[in-house]
Amino acid sequence: MNPFAYAKAASPSSALTEFSNERSARYIAGGTTILDLMKIAVEAPPLLIDINALPLASIEVTGDAIRIGALARLRDVAENEIVRSRLPFVAIALEQSASPQLRNMATIGGNLLQRTRCPYFRDIATPCNKRAPGSGCGALDGENRREAALGTSEHCIATHPSDLAVTLAALDATVHVTGLGGNREIALHDFYRVPGDTPQVETSLEPGELIVAVSLPLLSYGARSTYVKVRDRAQYDFALASAAVALDLDGSTIREARVALGGIATIPWRSPGAEGALRGAPATRASFERAAEAALVDARGRGGNDYKIPLAKRTLVRALEIAAV
Amino acid sequence: MSQPLIGKPIDRVEGPEKVTGAALYTGDHTFEGLLHAVVVTSTIANGRILSIDDAAAREAPGVVEVMTQRNAPRVNAGKQTPNNSILFLLQNDRVEFDGQPVAVVIASTLEEAMHAARLVRVEYQPLLPQMDFDAAERYVPEEMFGGPAASRRGDPQAAFVAAPARVEQTYRTPTEHHNPIETHATIAQWDGDRLTLHDSSQWAFGVQRRMASVFGVEPEQIRVIVPFVGGAFGSKGQPWSHVALAAMAAKLVGRPVKLIVTRPQMFAWIGHRPQTEQRITLGAERDGRLTSMTHDVLNEASISDEFIEGCGLFSRDLYAVENFAMSHALPRLNISKPTYQRAPGDSTGSFAMESAMDELAYELGMDPIELRLRNDAQRNPDNGKPYSSKHLRECYLRGAERFGWSRRNAKPRSMRDGRMLVGMGMATGSRETFRGEAKARIRMNAEGGVVVQCGTIEHGCGSPTVFAQLAAEILELPFERVRFEFGDTNLPEAPLAAGSQTSGSVGSVVVEAAQQLRAKLAEVGGRVPAGGIVLDVTSTPPEDEEYATQTFGAHFAEVAVDPDLCEVRVTRFRGAFDCGRILNAKTARSQLLGGIVWGISMALFEKTRYDVRTARIMNANLADYLVPTNADIPAVDIIFIEEDDPHVNPAGVKGIGEIGITGSGAAVANAVFHATGVRVRDLPITVEKLLD
Repeated sequence: MNPFAYAKAASPSSALTEFSNERSARYIAGGTTILDLMKIAVEAPPLLIDINALPLASIEVTGDAIRIGALARLRDVAENEIVRSRLPFVAIALEQSASPQLRNMATIGGNLLQRTRCPYFRDIATPCNKRAPGSGCGALDGENRREAALGTSEHCIATHPSDLAVTLAALDATVHVTGLGGNREIALHDFYRVPGDTPQVETSLEPGELIVAVSLPLLSYGARSTYVKVRDRAQYDFALASAAVALDLDGSTIREARVALGGIATIPWRSPGAEGALRGAPATRASFERAAEAALVDARGRGGNDYKIPLAKRTLVRALEIAAV
Repeated sequence: MSQPLIGKPIDRVEGPEKVTGAALYTGDHTFEGLLHAVVVTSTIANGRILSIDDAAAREAPGVVEVMTQRNAPRVNAGKQTPNNSILFLLQNDRVEFDGQPVAVVIASTLEEAMHAARLVRVEYQPLLPQMDFDAAERYVPEEMFGGPAASRRGDPQAAFVAAPARVEQTYRTPTEHHNPIETHATIAQWDGDRLTLHDSSQWAFGVQRRMASVFGVEPEQIRVIVPFVGGAFGSKGQPWSHVALAAMAAKLVGRPVKLIVTRPQMFAWIGHRPQTEQRITLGAERDGRLTSMTHDVLNEASISDEFIEGCGLFSRDLYAVENFAMSHALPRLNISKPTYQRAPGDSTGSFAMESAMDELAYELGMDPIELRLRNDAQRNPDNGKPYSSKHLRECYLRGAERFGWSRRNAKPRSMRDGRMLVGMGMATGSRETFRGEAKARIRMNAEGGVVVQCGTIEHGCGSPTVFAQLAAEILELPFERVRFEFGDTNLPEAPLAAGSQTSGSVGSVVVEAAQQLRAKLAEVGGRVPAGGIVLDVTSTPPEDEEYATQTFGAHFAEVAVDPDLCEVRVTRFRGAFDCGRILNAKTARSQLLGGIVWGISMALFEKTRYDVRTARIMNANLADYLVPTNADIPAVDIIFIEEDDPHVNPAGVKGIGEIGITGSGAAVANAVFHATGVRVRDLPITVEKLLD
């Protein structure tokens, strides 16, 4: 790890002031990602701005949404009664994330900015366009069992690792940010950027912008939601494929559906195609399978991750089956 | 004696120290003037170092020295033998594998050394690494472990051709890294030409001798202290490059140096279990009697070593089959040197052979236990010696009863629990019992307290507890009156703590020492002289063993497999074992449990993943190199078929450290086949291998 300075911010504005004085600084909240990356030299910020003292940990219902402060810990959100009853898939996704120790530390804001587990991104001795633009992509023809098959480009196939963000994509949550240019709100579908030819740009955040909260719409049919995660081991593992779904049923007919996939895409992957296939269809396995085909129609494997395409289809079918019960 | 101590589930004497964090491991020790060393490793797997720019590192805060091929003390890096590899000690510019040490930064604090290590720039002339298992040059060893590496009895080819039932398959196991919780660590201190090492090792005396050879001094000039070892599993059986590098660094700077291997570096120059490719043929009569068996093994080797994963030995010594052949060959790749990992050969070999036996049972339409019972050997099938004891039949039968094997419908995909496919599988476990010469000093003071000293080590298996139990029982003393001291070359010599041999080797000398002390006490009428009684005792195994000595076991696994998502979870595990006398029911159970957990891990999780283009390991951390979590391990039920074995050794024990991992992986794999109808012959059994 490189030597670095440390500053503790008391308010969002003091955090921004610290940043304006050192524009290569990074914010630190739970620290479960940034410290990891500093240890392996993927990140080497000269300054860490500690934002843990900022008053951003509250969880409150505002109108038809639940607003979760950026510093709320994963565990707090997973245990929140409104989240559990109105948007159960959010709680399920959180409970299947990381380990209890990490969930006690990691924050909601930090989780949205979690970096990929792509082994090339995390190894500075290898090429990676995300970490070192222009150096190439080691994963394209390398050890790519865990890489993405949706939203990829010839420059990057790194999988987005978050479970929570998959449910937020399904909900089209709103990210509240503050920055040197003032406050703004970003819809989740505008928040994440597919790699294209700039894989180093992962979100639409401006330099120094700080996530202060995330608003989750309390979807009228959110209680009929679930999250299915397939992984190599039973706990403390990233998704090989995951699906977040919510179904609005009228008897046995699907009125509306929300579908997002994880573990297989470069960003939390909302699937309008699957949602369209489900809208107005009977809630049957045949409909679910058609939706799964639609969700993965653009998926392209790179050898080691080919299996993820059939696996993601089955994962989505399973999630829909569970939600429809 | 009111109640026997042997077998009692006594808590480990060092348990409170360990669970409260008071126990000191090698890296916890510190000394006046101590400096910290961090190793810089190669980022290519084949080629030459053109230049090393250490200017920035030298200028970094706290840096005392940067050791490279330019200024490293000249030492003897050694010759390759099956048990000793060439060490990588900055003596030349050659790079043979990714992760090879190329520089050592020495600084006042660990943080300063870590930072400066990042500033060392190495320029290479890279060559393409050899990573093609099939195309690589093969080394064909003649010998392994004192016997032939290839052997034959009868005419297996002719018998195979004539056999009415046949299995012919190839099985593969991947590279696996040990990853004990405590990473390797060394502290080196020179006093003139005398060297003291604190080292995390399975064999203080092995480190002493190897370092004497590296530095051209007499073994007596080197003292090796091995404090508590936080797991080893074979990875600490020999000193790797960092032990010598720490001592070289200490020599170079004239101060004590501590070198702790990082977790990613545990995948670098520290040894690993080699990937294997095992071709097996079985021929049998329709009644299940085996008529032919062959086991041909390939295991990866590095460019300059000859470590053999002796998988064929598992098959050679297990079933009653007249016609048998085995062979071993080693494709050479640009990887670091493989080494012993818990039950080397038998863990990997049992996966292949016991999978093949399961395939044969299906071929014959016979229950897999019945198949094994029909081929149960009454004598060692290879050397014809009688067993010192053997209760494998009881292991099968009692294990099956405990597991509820009779409920199994043999047809694949026939059993369900709700949506989940349920599978039941079994396999035989077996491991030869080894024994080495061990020495001990036993001392009784005038107050009647006893200290037993032996330079063996404690790497989590309970040696100080069980050896005190043994001595206390023989001396008819309360357990608390006997203390066992270990972990220092200044103590009497013990053999390598590996191959499940410590309880039998050190246990035998403890038994003999306690018996001699008892006799001495009788001589002096029970009155201990003021100076106490001190006896030095050596226990040597006989030159030519009259008996075949082997541990046995039967593993039973139940798995649940999601028919669509293909996730496999082990839901029940039962095992029955024949390990001779059990010295401590608690530590014995822990040993078996650890082995079985690792067998499950081999079956479902572990694989070191190389980028085969560069020979660089891409999952060198414990988030991406998967081992089981508690959620992956069901309650494991272990029973011992206890017995008196008067022949095996004076301690009456057959060894317990490795039997748990032999066969357990195959039991899981066989259960997965039973659940799904998919035979995975390439570990680990991951989701993609079960998707149809």
